[in-house]
Amino acid sequence: MDAARDELRHVDVRDHRTGEVRQETMIINMGPQHPSTHGVLRLLLELDGETVIRCKPIIGYLHTGIEKNTEYRTWVQGVAYVTRADYLAPFFNELAYCLSVERLLGVEAPPRAQTIRVLLCELNRIASHLVWLATGGMELGAVSVMLYGFRERELILDVFEAVTGLRMNHQFIRPGGVLMDLPDDGPRRIAEILDALPPRIDDYERLLSDNPIWRERNVGIGRLSAEDALALGVTGPMLRSAGVSVDLRKDEPYAGYETYDFDVPVGTGADAYTRYVVRIQEMRQSLRICEQALERLREPGPVMVDDPKVGWPPKLSVGPDGIGNDEGYLHHIMEESMEALIHHFKMVTQGVRVPEGEVYTAVESPRGELGYYVVSANEHRPYRVHIRDPSFVNLQAIPTMVEGGLVADTIAAIASVDPVMGGVDR
Amino acid sequence: MSPEELRDRLRERFPDALLARGEVTLFVDRSELLDALVRLRDQPDLSFGFLSSVTATDHPGREPRLWAVYELRSVQHAHRVRLKVGLPADDPHVPSVTPLFPTADWHERETFDLFGILFDGHPDLERILLPADWEGHPLRKDEELGGVGTDYHGAFIPPVDERTMP
Amino acid sequence: MPVERLPGHLTGRAPEEVEEEARRGILLTTLDRAVSWARTQSMWPATFGLACCAIEMMSAGAGRYDLSRWGMELFRASPRQADLMIVAGRVSQKMAPVVRRIYDQMVEPKWVVSMGVCASAGGMFTNYAVVQGVDTIVPVDIYVPGCPPKPEMLMFGILKLQEKVRETGTIR
Repeated sequence: MDAARDELRHVDVRDHRTGEVRQETMIINMGPQHPSTHGVLRLLLELDGETVIRCKPIIGYLHTGIEKNTEYRTWVQGVAYVTRADYLAPFFNELAYCLSVERLLGVEAPPRAQTIRVLLCELNRIASHLVWLATGGMELGAVSVMLYGFRERELILDVFEAVTGLRMNHQFIRPGGVLMDLPDDGPRRIAEILDALPPRIDDYERLLSDNPIWRERNVGIGRLSAEDALALGVTGPMLRSAGVSVDLRKDEPYAGYETYDFDVPVGTGADAYTRYVVRIQEMRQSLRICEQALERLREPGPVMVDDPKVGWPPKLSVGPDGIGNDEGYLHHIMEESMEALIHHFKMVTQGVRVPEGEVYTAVESPRGELGYYVVSANEHRPYRVHIRDPSFVNLQAIPTMVEGGLVADTIAAIASVDPVMGGVDR
Repeated sequence: MSPEELRDRLRERFPDALLARGEVTLFVDRSELLDALVRLRDQPDLSFGFLSSVTATDHPGREPRLWAVYELRSVQHAHRVRLKVGLPADDPHVPSVTPLFPTADWHERETFDLFGILFDGHPDLERILLPADWEGHPLRKDEELGGVGTDYHGAFIPPVDERTMP
Repeated sequence: MPVERLPGHLTGRAPEEVEEEARRGILLTTLDRAVSWARTQSMWPATFGLACCAIEMMSAGAGRYDLSRWGMELFRASPRQADLMIVAGRVSQKMAPVVRRIYDQMVEPKWVVSMGVCASAGGMFTNYAVVQGVDTIVPVDIYVPGCPPKPEMLMFGILKLQEKVRETGTIR
């Protein structure tokens, strides 16, 4: 077996003129259109037989100019742009951006808004990990895991649709709070999925954790030591799988995370299997946080800051045909008060004017540290928004993880990084 | 350390350390950049050993015009600091920090791609997000947003940067 | 199918020739319809998910909104084996030549569905980086709006495409 493997390693090419034997390497191109590279990622692999000698990731195939576009739109419209950067974790993008804007404004969202934000973000974390599991499993050949993962994700997307009106790219978290309160059946729906999900996650563990094929394809694959990870700027489950307990929800809490009771799963194997275990445990911890958040939502309260210069003027609610207007508010601006009408007009078209300054706010997204560097020049629109995306930085670790291994293990290693190209390329 | 303590501690070496909105910003000349980073990394009460991001902003009205921005973080002490380096537009060279922080590799490539800042000593400074034959550096303020107008049943809506209302 | 009988001296052809041509027309039409029906019943999409719409496309192929009801759960990785290219997501300038190359590698008959507003018209990204509509690069048969379109909208678009294929036919 080993002799056969040795034979595969070298491709001997005999030069017919001189008779000498050269050992050639092959350069192949994986992507950008490829079923297993998690989106439009292109890899240049230099292979010696089946072994990867060098790997160079090439990105940029999804560059959308989000950062430049935000400079030409109002602050609230910016939420619509940034939410599409890391499209599997849209609430995190919105949250980090809105926290930055709120810090520049010097306002703080009311507690009920913070609780709704935490609830939605943790549900989003579970949904993102489910997509990782589904696509990762499919790429390694476990096709049924794809169907199970998406089935669970549909339950969570139903909740998102009931609360925000959309399944993805919600634009729900706004500077100053959230767009509107939960619908009347929102808490019931969320409680239902909090009951339904734990046994399904147990199913995944039972199917995969001791599965010899899953272990064979993941244990020891894609090793990234803690020193390498920190030097390369890697964060998130990849860093925690190397034994380093770094989680922004605990280290630099935001949105009230310091008041929730949860653990941060840390593994020591530093390989793809450990990252799988860490992410499964993170899903369970997210469910814990969601339960606590749901308890707190029993008390009513405002969901948008009270400042009329910041808050979105109409109090919207989900009506039979979508998000509709509040009848009382409409009567007020159309019939009663001219100032209110003018104020509404100005708020909707121009929005808030944010004082000059710059901030950097980081949140813990499912992939690592998601940071927003926002600069304001005292205008109705941002001066500069830079997104420090975790996948952009984590992908730099691919050559270290992959070189020296087999081509098939490259797929498993990339799946364990869980990159989302929308965030990488923005 | 709290932001106030951090600012006071850093004022010893960086006299114009600024504290605003709970964040400390240091202004460094490009010739002192690597020294400053080594100092910030090696002193045990600072230990800024994690580089979160390297980016830039363009302020056409200011002198210098381009500003490279480095976000540093300490994993041990959970505090952050920002370094800003001002660069003139006609000579946008700054030493690359990849020898100290390998993570800066792609960050600097992206900043070069979008702003045109040249990082001396970078192993492989080429475009990363835009096609290799792209001309210009889109995120500079004098570059247009691009895009086309919309013509629909007689109504014309100009591209975003030409509209009078958002 | 009614056949209009033109007197031979008006077409310049003998009645038997006209008769023959009419019969061939019926045969070809029936064959055409049969072939078009067969083509619609097992269109294999090429994997071309780019951004957020790709996730909705995967949801459309997953358990709840099952695309395999129309024989389409099999996304082919190689464009040579696919007949349908669903451009799902924003097409950046760097990706545009790749889109065209994949389209050229597909074998006739082939169709293109532009999924989402980014692929149809550039979406909210009217800027330097995004191609303002993939129909500037490849010919598009069906445009599905939405940001992202729900899987049901994508399925409706695909059913409209099947209707279009059945009606236009490709033999004559």
